Amino acid sequence: MKFQAIHGEGWLLTKAEQLINWGRSRSPWPFPYGTACCGIELMCALASGYDMARFGAERVAFTPRQCDVLIEAGTITKKMVPVLKRIYAQMAEPKWVIAVGACACSGGVFRTYSTAQGIGSIIPVDVYIPGCPPRPEGILYALLKLIDKIEADHPLYKQRSKVVEALEAAK
Amino acid sequence: MSLKERVANILKNDLLEITESKGDVCVEISRQTLVNALKRLKEEGGFDFLSDLLGIDNSDLYAKPKKKKKKTEDGTEQEQEEKGPPPPRFEVVYLLLSLSTNERLQVRVRVPEDDLELPSVTSLWRSANWPERETFDMFGIRFNGHPNMRRLLMWDEFQDYPLRKDYPLEGKGEERHLNYNIA
Repeated sequence: MKFQAIHGEGWLLTKAEQLINWGRSRSPWPFPYGTACCGIELMCALASGYDMARFGAERVAFTPRQCDVLIEAGTITKKMVPVLKRIYAQMAEPKWVIAVGACACSGGVFRTYSTAQGIGSIIPVDVYIPGCPPRPEGILYALLKLIDKIEADHPLYKQRSKVVEALEAAK
Repeated sequence: MSLKERVANILKNDLLEITESKGDVCVEISRQTLVNALKRLKEEGGFDFLSDLLGIDNSDLYAKPKKKKKKTEDGTEQEQEEKGPPPPRFEVVYLLLSLSTNERLQVRVRVPEDDLELPSVTSLWRSANWPERETFDMFGIRFNGHPNMRRLLMWDEFQDYPLRKDYPLEGKGEERHLNYNIA
């Protein structure tokens, strides 16, 4: 009984998770990784007409260490794959990825020797946006979908199961 | 004097062939006299600007010779093509521009497959630097005397030359791996 807050899905755990998710979902700071024409649409979505800041994507940082959401907008060439991997590795947990446009999703029309066929095989992607390029509304919709995903997350439950596994392994 | 005559006067014996295609004068010269001929074109002909330099892979000419010959309309040319040796596989085209007279000139050089080397023209036009690197990257033609003969577009460890006709469009599954020094 006294471990219910940690061991079961108790009241404290749930409320703490809600608090954490509330904070995370209302400040998904984006890292704009614009490599092609999708980057222009991303700029449009960030600028005052569409204003992604309404949904908490307020502060665009140009260092991956201060970001939560990697918005990969554009074609990724095979030459650039290690750079993308490194940028993803530099981001602090928790981190999410949005793949904007056909090139980031699947390579798009560039089925060639030089283009990576989608970034899903390089880094884990949370939301894919189709389109060539997608309209800013599409990017906003993807951000809202990502916020839904963050709110449905169980950050403490995941940690708890890790702790339980470690305790059982120690026994 | 027309551009064609002037170019013929400047090149004299170095000229292998001079044609006109879609309004452009097109000159073929051999690679032994390349730098000398281009230097004369620059100094005497006034072609002070190299707008582009590119490679061509003519291996289709070997693969389907008959189909190519049917397309030519002149009967005498057909016989000549059949008799002559096949053209060297690669070709490098220099697109020259005269900024004072606004005239353009194509200079073509044939490069055989077994000896993929050409003298660099970066000493004449500095704008040849990156196009020569790109031609090396895509076709594997080395330019002697170039200040930095490395790949331009593909990564350094890449082995093939992707614009050659025998290279598959979707590649051979090459991936780039980079080991960062994370101390």
